[in-house]
This record gives sequence, C-alpha cells and structure tokens, in this order.
Amino acid sequence: MSATVGVVVFPGSNCEHDVVWAIERLGGSTRLLWHADRDLQGVDAVVLPGGFAHGDYLRTGALARFSPMMESVTTFARDGGPVVGICNGFQILTESGLLPGALQKNSGLKFICSTMELMVASTNSVLTARAAPGAILRIPVNHFEGNYVCDAETLAMLRGEDRVMLRYVDNPNGSVDSIAGICNEGRNVVGLMPHPERACEMALGSEDGAVLLGSLLQAAALPRTPPLAPTAGR
Amino acid sequence: MQFEAHVDVGHRDGILDPQGATVERSLPALGYTNVSHVRVGKSLRLRVEAVDAESARRQVAEMCERLLANPVIEQYTIDISEVTVDSTTRS
Repeated sequence: MSATVGVVVFPGSNCEHDVVWAIERLGGSTRLLWHADRDLQGVDAVVLPGGFAHGDYLRTGALARFSPMMESVTTFARDGGPVVGICNGFQILTESGLLPGALQKNSGLKFICSTMELMVASTNSVLTARAAPGAILRIPVNHFEGNYVCDAETLAMLRGEDRVMLRYVDNPNGSVDSIAGICNEGRNVVGLMPHPERACEMALGSEDGAVLLGSLLQAAALPRTPPLAPTAGR
Repeated sequence: MQFEAHVDVGHRDGILDPQGATVERSLPALGYTNVSHVRVGKSLRLRVEAVDAESARRQVAEMCERLLANPVIEQYTIDISEVTVDSTTRS
C-alpha cells in the first residue's frame, strides 16, 4: 500500500511533521501542501493538522477556511476524497462547513494536555474502519478549544446517522454527548480533537492511533467512489 | 460616505459561555453576590465606505455571517454611525 497523504501547512500549523512521521511509519507516502497554493498534487487523502492556523485570530479555524488550498480540499471532499482534520484541523472543518457544529473553549477554561481514553462509537468512516466497535483507544489531546457544540437537531442527526466516531470515556472539556470526533454524511470527512499521530509508537506511550491513521491509509488506497450525497453545511 | 460600525459578538442564548460562567463565579468573592447572566464576548470596530447607513449595515451584517461571527454558536449586534470630521480628528 503506498497511498499518498497530503498534509496542509497553514502559517501556525505545528503538527504537520508529526503527521508525516506517523503516516510514513505506517507505510504511506506524504506531501506537505502549502495553504496558499491550490494544487493538491494528486494526493489520495488530505490531513489538516493541529496547531494554530493564522494564529487562531478571531476564532480557531475562522481565517484558515479562506486559504486557497481549502477551496481545493473542499472540492476534493465533496468528490468523496478522504479528509481528516485533527484538533485545529477539526476546527477548520467546522468553520468551513464541511462538518456541522463548532468547537468552543473547554468548559473548565483549562488547556488540556493529557492522554485520554476514547471509545470507538462507529467504525463506519475513513478514520475508524479498521478499529473494533466499542474499543478503548488511549490517545492524547492538546487543546483549549475542544468543547464540541451543536444544536439539539444536529445532535439528533449525528446520532441517528451514526456519525459520532469517537467519544471520551471521561468527558474532559464539556463536549456535547462526550463527542471527540464526528464525520460528514459521506463518511469521508472526519474531524477529531485527539491526536492519533502522537500515539503511533510505544516510546510515546501508546500505539492506539495507528489503527485510525491505518484506516485512513486504507481508504486512501481505494479507488475513489463518487459521494452519496452533498456534505452537510453549517 | 464613511461609517463607523461597532459589532458586538457574543454567545447565542442557550449556548454555554465558559468565560462568562467563570467571571460570574468570581464576582461573589469581591462581595458582588447580586450578579447573574454574565456573558463575555468580542467587540469589533470597523469603518466602511458606503452610500448610506443602510448599505453599510447590510454589508457589515454580511461580514458577520461570513466571518466575524460563527452563527452556529454566536449572535451579533451592529451599531452604525456616520464618521464626521470631528470623529476623524479624534481618532
């Protein structure tokens, strides 16, 4: 398997090399894609990495969604291409309208940097396909704005359509329904606050992130199928 | 004509405001036990060139919807005032 994953670099991204390291360790190839370019260079999947894109000015992800590369990523996503947003990348996906809801300040107003236990709520997505349903994964989080919010209608839709991918075992940040990760209608766009790229080697305390990024590589290697339905807006 | 817009962005009603809640919990320590409904938001000021106040307001509302606020969790109010020579020299 030698799928190529494009990792978008915004000014202020700081996890792009961790993602590159993890993907290559799992046998994939990578390309760093500068946010101001438009060419996806033929990659098979896209990761929006963690960090502080555009300094998180105004709101996390609010300015990054206007980067030229995001236009290409949006088209790629709407065509069914696998896209994963990690932490700040998740915030960018909600601001872009590729995923519903929003991420706001943690309910305790504390920056949380800690390994969390996550339960796999659904295996029906490009990021969780290889995980076991109900499995507990130990993966670090590192965020101040990871408190997932959406209205009751959106939550009912996410639950009804099996679009909650990961839940915190002990909700650390006030996220509605303990949500740590969700996907879009087409199940090819996933956003999550935890950092699977930081849990792909026992020297770092856990290898549980490998099953997630391995799922992404598997999805990236598949021939692209057209999307079933338009992705959800805000 | 130039207009000064003052945009106030805050959490939508019903959305928990962690900063407001924390401030509210701190005030009793200073003796203010009579305070409730504390909300912390953002204040933005911008100048807009437009034909009239209505047009300025419409454009700023559009900016709020597209960038300045996140309608999923935030609401906003807009105040528009004409920039006079007086207010120009003041700033």
